[in-house]
Amino acid sequence: MNRVTSYLKSLMLLELLAGLGLTFKYLWRPKYTVRYPMEHIPKSNRFRGLHALRRYPNGEERCIACKLCEAVCPALAITIDSAPREDGTRRTTRYDIDLFKCIFCGFCEESCPVDSIVETSIHEYHFEKRGENVVTKPQLLAIGDRFEKEIAAARAQDAAFR
Amino acid sequence: MDSIIAAFHWFVSTFPTLSMALGLLLLPLVPLIIGVAMYVWWERKVIGWMHVRMGPNKVGPFGLAQTFADVFKLLLKEVVYPANSNKTLFLLAPLWALIPSFAAWAVIPIGPNVAWSNANAGLLFLLAMTSMGVYGIILAGWASNSRYAMLGAMRSAAQVVSYEIAMGFSLVSVLILAGSLNLSDIVQAQAGGKGLFDWFWLPLLPMFVIYFVSGVAETNRAPFDVAEGESEIVAGFHVEYSGAPFAVFFLTEYANMILVSFLAPILFLGGWLSPIQGWVHADVAWYVDWIWKGGWPWLFLKVFFFATAYVWFRASFPRYRYDQIMRLGWKVFIPITIVWVFVAGCMKYFGWVTAGA
Repeated sequence: MNRVTSYLKSLMLLELLAGLGLTFKYLWRPKYTVRYPMEHIPKSNRFRGLHALRRYPNGEERCIACKLCEAVCPALAITIDSAPREDGTRRTTRYDIDLFKCIFCGFCEESCPVDSIVETSIHEYHFEKRGENVVTKPQLLAIGDRFEKEIAAARAQDAAFR
Repeated sequence: MDSIIAAFHWFVSTFPTLSMALGLLLLPLVPLIIGVAMYVWWERKVIGWMHVRMGPNKVGPFGLAQTFADVFKLLLKEVVYPANSNKTLFLLAPLWALIPSFAAWAVIPIGPNVAWSNANAGLLFLLAMTSMGVYGIILAGWASNSRYAMLGAMRSAAQVVSYEIAMGFSLVSVLILAGSLNLSDIVQAQAGGKGLFDWFWLPLLPMFVIYFVSGVAETNRAPFDVAEGESEIVAGFHVEYSGAPFAVFFLTEYANMILVSFLAPILFLGGWLSPIQGWVHADVAWYVDWIWKGGWPWLFLKVFFFATAYVWFRASFPRYRYDQIMRLGWKVFIPITIVWVFVAGCMKYFGWVTAGA
């Protein structure tokens, strides 16, 4: 008897109708899709994107060529040469980051004693020629100059948790 | 532009019969092909929505031109011939699949006696044409000189032949009740004063379900698409096809789906008849009257429902295992249809169901 009822029950296609009902319900759900170039999802203030070298408000570059970032970099992406400047301060003569090697771990930023090297929230950038993947000191300083406001704001937001 | 019109005039006046035949050919085929393109768009949209995605929305308004972009891309691509394949058979296969699926449209009525050929044996012709299509698939699998394609073709052939039987029986029950093989007469046999309860879906409810499920299996669509079976045999019978021949297979598949979506309402849901036939008697205006008097918009609404159901199944159900497909076809559908053909005979004999108004 049990087999007969289960056979008749299977003919009612109840499981299949339940499945159709479920997909029908999902049909009307608001879509998860973010239309990327037009829409963006919110970004964390800890986002680790393209690097930048910051300056003090008086325009002096922060970096003192301590080479801690170069030492801590697990991907060996940072190359630094240093020399004393005319005024006797220790400065970098070369500060290259190979973005192909970089794994965006953020260790350079953590290790920096003067908050000079930072990772900004910029992630939409590209290279068009071989060699452009190595960003140099002037480029990094330029990025820092251009986005100083946002960089400072993100650091200020995160300061309470450090 | 003038020279094109002049050339057109010259062609029509020089070959009147040929141009008449060509015009009659293109008249149903162009809407069908555009319908297929829209259907592909609709399928991707609905499946997208059911996956809580958006579906194509970039090319043209709402992504409507996406299918056309895909088709033109396919047509411009190179046709790759597999090594040691028989080129003639390889190119014949998609045509052999396409021609019957287009030919079947000749007998589809969209109104009382409005069909390209109001054949008396329309149902028989349809059965013949839908069965012919499988040869194209077998040929494609054979001519491709590939194991995957061959496996897909064998699966497809076995599946189509099995479900053809159940489908044939459900058609037999319809023709028992309607007393005619003419599709237009079959729809008229469902006319009456009881609205949608005059249609054949009620006395033939199991057959209606079995017909549509067999139709899904016949067109090798999900959940019965083991003939394609991406996870096991890549793409089944059309693995080796690229460019235009692949586009033809694609067109055939979707034309067949629309065909089955047309047949289900014609055979079981009163075709162009209104679901409130006989309940409302009024003469308002021609663009309102069809709601109760019936007309092609009803047919197309019903077709739209079944076409969407195809997509809905695909978004909902996982693929059947091959032995389960065979079990369903032979051990479930065929016994039920045989019993119900007998029941339908009794209904007709004892006059429980009457055909026509």
